[in-house]
Amino acid sequence: MTAGANKDTTAPSSLRLVLTLAIAGLVSGIAIIGIYESTLPTITANKARELREAVFKVLPGVSQMQALVHREGALVVVEKPAKDEPVVYGGYDEGGEFVGYAMPAAGPGFQDTIALLYGYTPDKKLVVGMEVLESRETPGLGDKIYKDASFVGGFSALSVEPEILAVKKGTKSAPNEIDAITGATISSKAVVRIINEAHSAWFERLPASGAEPEFVGVESVGNEADE
Amino acid sequence: MKKNESYEDLIKGIWRDNPVFVQVLGMCPMLAVTNSAINAVAMGGATFFVLVGSSFLVSSFRNWIPKQVRISCFIIIIATFVTIADYTLLALVPKVHKELGAFIPLIVANCLILGRQEAFASRHPTRLAVLDAIGMAGGFMLALLSLGAVREILGDGALFGIKLFSENFDPWIIMILPPGGFLTLGVILLFFNWIKFKKDEFLEDVAEAERSGS
Repeated sequence: MTAGANKDTTAPSSLRLVLTLAIAGLVSGIAIIGIYESTLPTITANKARELREAVFKVLPGVSQMQALVHREGALVVVEKPAKDEPVVYGGYDEGGEFVGYAMPAAGPGFQDTIALLYGYTPDKKLVVGMEVLESRETPGLGDKIYKDASFVGGFSALSVEPEILAVKKGTKSAPNEIDAITGATISSKAVVRIINEAHSAWFERLPASGAEPEFVGVESVGNEADE
Repeated sequence: MKKNESYEDLIKGIWRDNPVFVQVLGMCPMLAVTNSAINAVAMGGATFFVLVGSSFLVSSFRNWIPKQVRISCFIIIIATFVTIADYTLLALVPKVHKELGAFIPLIVANCLILGRQEAFASRHPTRLAVLDAIGMAGGFMLALLSLGAVREILGDGALFGIKLFSENFDPWIIMILPPGGFLTLGVILLFFNWIKFKKDEFLEDVAEAERSGS
């Protein structure tokens, strides 16, 4: 019925072309801002909840947490760490007693960056839990670093002195050794290396055991402008 | 007559002109995210939303969009719907969004969607355009789901995350890796071409019989 309009041979003016695109762009921009603004609170809440759950998982017995950053030679409690500022999470039990640190760490895995969180208790110098937050390891092989319960469970009491070692499955003989996953040696070693590197980077900055910052009741929600 | 026509527009995308198995469009998400049934459904759902939404708008404004800038307008409309789908998935199902990763923004570049706008929505009334989009997106989702289901069952011994076999089942890990996508798709395409071949053969036989009979 309106086929004539489509077959119009006279070219429309440039102004009309520009206006059409400008209006399309404007409407699209408004729609995108609308959806961004309306989903942002849910997305931020999801991220904060995921982080809380991960912290409570890697530090058994913890029910409260706060973000700690290293500024001017001491660990201080902050509500919102600055963008890209390295942060650790202090875990506290119900009475507000310090239990341990949950340390975020990341490094190259077999395919892409592995991001993880591990729990560390400075008084015993033990890693007490590990949770992979992000990874693109091979499904069925490398993804066992978070699917294999015995590998993940191996991080429940692991000494960091002198450093963690991944050994062939079934040959664990010292408190600082962990059984690597058969068929996923590179991914297992990557996890161990990431923890070792994070530990040596943070070790100097952590206060002496017993002198940890006290719980002040500031709930943290990840880095500022964390996108 | 009119009713038949719109029914035809709706149904053609699901079987006769299936975007994946017959037109072989949208291969990139097809192969990349079908390693489990749930991912396939999420991808299919997002594509469905984008295709139906863009077809509706493109068809509604088809007389206002000058044809010199039509492709840019289509892309703007498609990209807006993709962004909406992206943020909605991130807010509602963050786990699935993480799995699909970069493939949600890449829906913009899915040739199935732009192809439908150019070939159908921009030339037909809104009602037919929406029906066509529903049919095509439904066909795409069906294709993703069949590929995802086959790969998850063989590669993980599960469907929608529910274990189907006993512990003795040794999963074919290759099926959830990229080669599994190509293998499964190849077998399904083979099947569709075989049907087409048989059908043509049958029609030829009928024509032959009619000729000799008359």
